[in-house]
This record gives sequence, structure tokens and C-alpha cells, in this order.
Amino acid sequence: MKVLVSVKRVVDYNVRIQVKPDGSGVMLDGVKMSMNPFDEIALEEAIRLKEAGKATQIVAVSIGPQAVQEQLRSALALGADRAIHIPLDAAPQPVNAARALAELARRENPELILMGKQAIDDDCNQTPQMLAALLGWPQATFASKIELADKTATVAREVDAGLEFLLVDLPAVISADLRLNIPRYPKLPDIMKARRLPIETVTPEDLGVEFVPEARLLKVAPPPKRQAGRKVVSVDELVAALRERGLLS
Amino acid sequence: MSKVLVIAEHDGETLNLSTSRTVACALALGPEAVDVAVFAEAENKPAEAAARLNGVTRVLLVEHAANRNPVAAVLAPQVSALAKDYTHVLAPATTFGKDVLPRAAALLGVPQVSDIMRVLGRNVFERPIYAGNALETIETPPGIVVATVRTASFKAVAETGSAPVEKISLDFDCPTHTRFLRVEGSSGGRPDLQSARVVVSGGRGLASKENFDLIYALADRLGAAVGASRAAVDAGFVPNDLQVGQTGKIIAPELYLAFGISGAIQHLAGIKDAGTIVAVNKDPDAPIFEVADIGLVGDLFEVLPALADALPKDKS
Repeated sequence: MKVLVSVKRVVDYNVRIQVKPDGSGVMLDGVKMSMNPFDEIALEEAIRLKEAGKATQIVAVSIGPQAVQEQLRSALALGADRAIHIPLDAAPQPVNAARALAELARRENPELILMGKQAIDDDCNQTPQMLAALLGWPQATFASKIELADKTATVAREVDAGLEFLLVDLPAVISADLRLNIPRYPKLPDIMKARRLPIETVTPEDLGVEFVPEARLLKVAPPPKRQAGRKVVSVDELVAALRERGLLS
Repeated sequence: MSKVLVIAEHDGETLNLSTSRTVACALALGPEAVDVAVFAEAENKPAEAAARLNGVTRVLLVEHAANRNPVAAVLAPQVSALAKDYTHVLAPATTFGKDVLPRAAALLGVPQVSDIMRVLGRNVFERPIYAGNALETIETPPGIVVATVRTASFKAVAETGSAPVEKISLDFDCPTHTRFLRVEGSSGGRPDLQSARVVVSGGRGLASKENFDLIYALADRLGAAVGASRAAVDAGFVPNDLQVGQTGKIIAPELYLAFGISGAIQHLAGIKDAGTIVAVNKDPDAPIFEVADIGLVGDLFEVLPALADALPKDKS
């Protein structure tokens, strides 16, 4: 079984981001960039499927400027067999990322597409669902457990009410939630080896992607700051403070 | 003028509060009509409840056998078929709305806006990015606006309306490639985390699953819902549907009490809109104190029982 995994280059999750004073975006110069944490989980799942003898080939794909090749190299170091870079000046919005990935999927014919449930920069949580729609495939979003059978997958999904179980026919798009697995770290020799591996470039023109208009960014602002609070020193004082605010009878 | 379609969230029995809050966002568009679509197997209570929401023009009850425990692949083609008569299609940014709406948007060939916090124009919206550490204002391109609504940012509408309920049957290609099996829930009879007035939350500082009983005890005394940080969920102290934060639930209770939670940015993303935040932590430098309205540096194992004792006993 061939598994396609998409990886996005995002600001590292530990970075405290700063909004540019002119409101045009967030500061990215000199900021540490990493693979989106949910994509790491999706890739780890693919690697485990390969180790279990269920997946035969893992293809990692990323869309964006030249720099995304860094994350593709990480994917190769971790265990992806091939890496595909779809070059664009900037990462597209989900509506167009899904369109490009759909064309790539039509070319590559994977039986499973694993993706992160959301990217931690735009927090959209859309691309897997849109990709599944464009391909007419089943989707199982927010997966915390995947059991593969011959032509189907049983997926436990993290929903507001608890855990929902779906049975989907393959091929399918599955998006990874946090608790699907704990991703491994790449080993140094594998990182060295991945440096020499080829990365295929497939342009949007090669794929014949038809992009649609995206939302226009007007402004980025820092969130309103909460008023500085006060410290109390005892439970009695805490209860009194809550009463004062009318929060306790 | 705007004509808005709101996708109702329900479990066949109860209309989820998120629907009412989504209607509130729809009304912020100053629309000429707000219709609520209830997808169900047959006529049901949620459709009647939707009809009582103030500001709703019509309830469209879309009956189909596949709408019992519907999956996104079944709902999305129905939503996109209905959408063509509207300028806006809104759903709550719950796991339900997040699953369905992008699929419907893709079928319509338009982008989707996630987590509207504020309506600034008929196609200008404010939404959080980077775990709520920045807010972006975006303008959607011409065409149908498809968006999910951050329910914590909108107050539920009153329930004194009486909109007509119209039954509709849609002609759509109903896929069979996805089967619903079951849901395993874990609310434990306490208020729903996303609609509770008071939430008591525990983190890694609780140190064990058993110690979480102290959180449950205080929550029950306050009639509160129970939440948790990712650390507490990962450690197995509580089920994951109690997780509050960027990847869990975004909540806006009147009172949020955090015990043994350090306040990682991903957690703070989930509570930024809370009315009053109380933090109890033994580390005076914990980042949670930077956002807490009332902070108490102390041992939660002493504070939790003492606080429960200090509260009026007649609350259930």
C-alpha cells in the first residue's frame, strides 16, 4: 500500500510569535521553523504502518518555497521513501493546497493519505476535509487510532462528545490528532543520508492545478491583553475576591 | 443583503448550544434571512428547538435515512446543494462543524473561513491564528461565504421565537463509503464543557488520576464542568474530550479555575475569552499567572479541599 503524507513548514510550536508593528503579519525573520507537529504524527503513523508490513511506500509532499525542502529532508530522514516538492512562492491557503494535493493524488494513486488535522500557524483545520471532497474519498478526521484491514480502515475520532468510530473504505484521507502516536526523532546517520537523497519537483503547471481566489489578508493584530490580575494569599481571600466579583453566592 | 444558512448541530434529541451561538454570529451580518438547516432521519425535537431561536426565519428540516448519525461525506453534498440559495453558510467551529464544512466548501469551490470571532463586514471577519496569539482580519473573495464560528465569541440568542419548520427532501448522491459505528462518551453527567458557566480545570500538578477526584468534588460543589490541560490528558488522568486549548476545546465560561496548570500558550489559547480566570499553582513564575485575574501561589492539595469547604453547601 502506498501512503501519501503531507508536511507543512511552520513556526516551531515553542516560539512565542510577535506581530509586526505595521500589522502586515507575524515576524518570521530568524524564527525557528519546523515540521507542523500534527504532520509529524501523520508521518509517524505512516512509518509504523510500513514497519508493520502494511505500507510499502511512503511519499512525503510539501507545498511552498524552496525552504520547505528542509522539512521534506526531515521526512526522508524519518523514513519516507520519496519526497515531492510542489514549488510556490508561499504556502497556499487550504482551498488551493487541497486542489494541488488532489491533482498529485490522482497521479500517485495512494491508497491512503495521512495528514495533520491542522497547521499550528493558520489553525485552519480544512485541508484534509477539502482534499477528501475533491477526490470523492471518505474522510476520517481527528484520528486517535487507525486499524487497517484489506480494503477498509476503522478509525477512532476525537469528537466533542468523546470518541467516534468510523469504518471507511480505502482509499481514504485520514487526519491525525495529537494522541494518534508519539513521533520519533530522526537518527543522525539517517539525517546525513537524507541530505543526499533526491527531492522530486512537480510544479502546479505539471499537475494542471486550477487555483481559485483566496481570502485576502487585511490586518494582523495582537490579541487584546487581559488586565493584570492580583495575587491572593489564602483560600479565604480567594473566596472573598470571587464574592466581590459576584461569582459566588 | 445577506441570506444566511446555519447548519444545526444536534444528536437527534437535543439541539447543541453551539447552534444558537452560530445564529448569533449570523445575526451580526445584519441579514434579511437566517435559515437553520437540521439534517435528521425524521422530524425531531432539535428542529423544534431551532424554530424557537430568536432571529431565525425558517427551519429547513432535511429528512433522509442517512441523516441518522450522519458523517461528513453524507452531510457535505446536502449542505452544498442547499448553499446555492444563500450568501453565507455558517456552522459552529466544533468537531462537528470542522469536519463537515470544509468538505462542503470544497464541493462549492470556495475557501472556508475557520473560527470567526468577529464580523466586521459581510465578507470581512476576524479570526485567531497561531493558537490565538494573533488575530487576523480577512476579506473573503466574491462568492458564497462558508465559515465556522468560534462559539465562545458569541452569546446564545434568546429562545422566544417561533419560526416555521419546512420539510425538505434533497436530491443528492449519497455515498456509502463511510459507515458510522458508535460513539463512546464520557461526560459523567456534569455540565457540557463548552456551555458551562463555571469550569474547574486540572493539570499535571494533580499528579494522578485519583487526585483528579479533588477537581471533580470542587466542580460538583460549584455545578461546574471539568476541564484539563493536555499534560493531564496525556498522563491519563482524564479522557481527552476534557482537554482545553488550541487542539482541544475553546471555552468562554464566566469563571475558570485552573489548578496545577502551568499555562502553556496552547492551553491559554483555549481560555482567553473566559470572564474571570483563577489560577492556583505552587510555582509563582508559572505563565498562567500572567493571564489570571486572581492568583494564589500554593499547594493545590491544600487549596482544593479548603476551597470546597469554604463554599456554600447548598449548590449541587
